Order: sequence, then C-alpha cells, then structure tokens
Amino acid sequence: MRIGVITFPGSLDDRDAQRAVRLAGAEPVALWHGDHDLQKVDAVVLPGGFSYGDYLRAGAIASHAPIMAEVIDAANRGVPVLGICNGFQMLAEARLVPGAHTRNSHQQFIRRDQKLTVENVSTAWTGEFEQGEEIVIPLKNADGRFVADEQTIARIEGEGQVVFRYAEVNPNGSINDIAGVSNERGNVVGLMPHPEHATEPGFGPDTPLAMRSGIDGLRFFTSAISALVAR
Amino acid sequence: MPTIIVEVMPKAEILDPQGKAVAGALTRLGKTGYAGVRIGKRFEVSVDGPVTDEVLAEVRELANDIFSNSVIEDVVSITVDDAADGPAGETH
Repeated sequence: MRIGVITFPGSLDDRDAQRAVRLAGAEPVALWHGDHDLQKVDAVVLPGGFSYGDYLRAGAIASHAPIMAEVIDAANRGVPVLGICNGFQMLAEARLVPGAHTRNSHQQFIRRDQKLTVENVSTAWTGEFEQGEEIVIPLKNADGRFVADEQTIARIEGEGQVVFRYAEVNPNGSINDIAGVSNERGNVVGLMPHPEHATEPGFGPDTPLAMRSGIDGLRFFTSAISALVAR
Repeated sequence: MPTIIVEVMPKAEILDPQGKAVAGALTRLGKTGYAGVRIGKRFEVSVDGPVTDEVLAEVRELANDIFSNSVIEDVVSITVDDAADGPAGETH
C-alpha cells in the first residue's frame, strides 16, 4: 500500500504526514508539486503549511500547481485524497470539496489540542471511527474559518458531507462548527486540524491516561488503508 | 505600459475580520460617524502590448478563476488604465 504526500513550496507538515503513513502501516511516497506524476500511489495526502506564503488566498496558488491536474483526475476516479489544513484550503480552492476559508473570526493564529466530533464514518478516511465519537488532535491555523453560502451548507449538512465538527470550542468562527468536509463520493476529505500530529505515543495531545499519549489521528490513515484493502 | 485594474471585495454576507478590526481602531481613535470598513484587493496587471478585447476577456476570466474565489469574494470592477492616455477609468 503506497500513500503519496505532496510537497509544495511552503509545505511544513509533509514529513510528519509521511511519518504518519509509515506508522499506520503503509509506504509513504514523497511527491513533488511541479511534477505531473502521482507515481501510481493508492492514496494522496495534501499536507499542511503555508504554500506560497498564503499569498492571494490560502491554498489558492498551490491549487493550480502542475500535479493538481493529476490529483483532480485521481479524486474524480475515486482515489482517496486527504487535505490537512493548508491541504484542505487547496481542496476547496480546487473545488474538490465545497466551501472556502477566510481569516479566523478573531484575527489571530491559533494553536490548540482540539476536540472534534466525527460526523460521518462512511468516508475513505473515517471508517475506523465510531459515529459521533469524540477525538482530540492538534489544530494550528490563521485562515481556518470554513464558510459557504446557505444553500451549500444546507446541502452538505443534508448529504452527510460534514465529516468533522468542532466540539466544546469553535476555534475560528467556522459556520455550524464545521471542521472538515468531504466530496459527494466520500473519497476526498479535508479538515483544518492535523491528524498527522497525533499518531505516535509521546508526541500527540495529552490524554487522561498520560501526557502526549493521544494518537487519535492514526485512524485517519489506517481507515484509508482498510478502505483500499476492502476494494 | 497599459494596466488592467481588477478590484475584488469579500462578499457582503461574509464576515471581514480585517475590516472589522480597522473599524474598531477608528472608534478607539474617536473617529465617529463611520458605520463600518471592509477591506478588499486591487490587482494591477501590466499588459505587454495593447489591451485588446481578447486580453480583456482573458483578464476577466483570470479575475473570476484565480484573482477571486466566488465562494467568498466578488470581482467588483475591471478597468483599463492606459498610461499613455492617462487614467481611462472605463468600467467593464
């Protein structure tokens, strides 16, 4: 099982995403934004960071990178694609998932261990969660406020395309506490918080059991592997 | 060199935190009488050659597809500033 992680100019979490893929039991494949080649990977991760310095709009310039033509094609064929933070912004800019992102309503960069509710467990990246399960993974962004027009919000709420919702605290003013969404088919998922930073004991969020022992992010990646095996 | 000016604003119904912060600063400075501030973007696209209908059509496309995101922003004006003839101010 090979999962590609695309590095863009300004990506920060590509190495962490590769590590998460390895910890989940798949082989990470480093992909480059300027190539027109997905190297026949089984799934794709668009990592977090500040591609192109967030110039124009977060994720906007990266969404037109050469390799995005192949990503859009693969997404439309049903290949699992996960966009994390800046990767989520790229997916939205590429119109692979609904909505868009603006500056956090409080105007500040925020970093916190964020509780989320899993709202849809039938996507390619959430099959190993329980419906309504609460998980904690790190969040860190400045442009994380998810917005869409009323009809779009009503549609994605109705179709189960809201995959994750912020619990307890809405950290950025996102409409309906939406933290992550999917495309209609459920193979493309984007979210602002960072599952790849909660995949290894000793380096994740604190839990009631022990400091930094939170590994709720690991199941994003094992879910994708299971979904691919089940095909 | 002629320049095409594209202006993009956040949609009216979208919260503009930057504009809100500036409006708050005005109030703190004692500048009353202003109901609000919204902040948008201005793109100055220098054209290598004359501004033909084709160039203008292409910039209109770029304005919609790249300079703005229609989910959160509107292209409010596209004007040609032909440096040789002074500001034309023609709105398309």
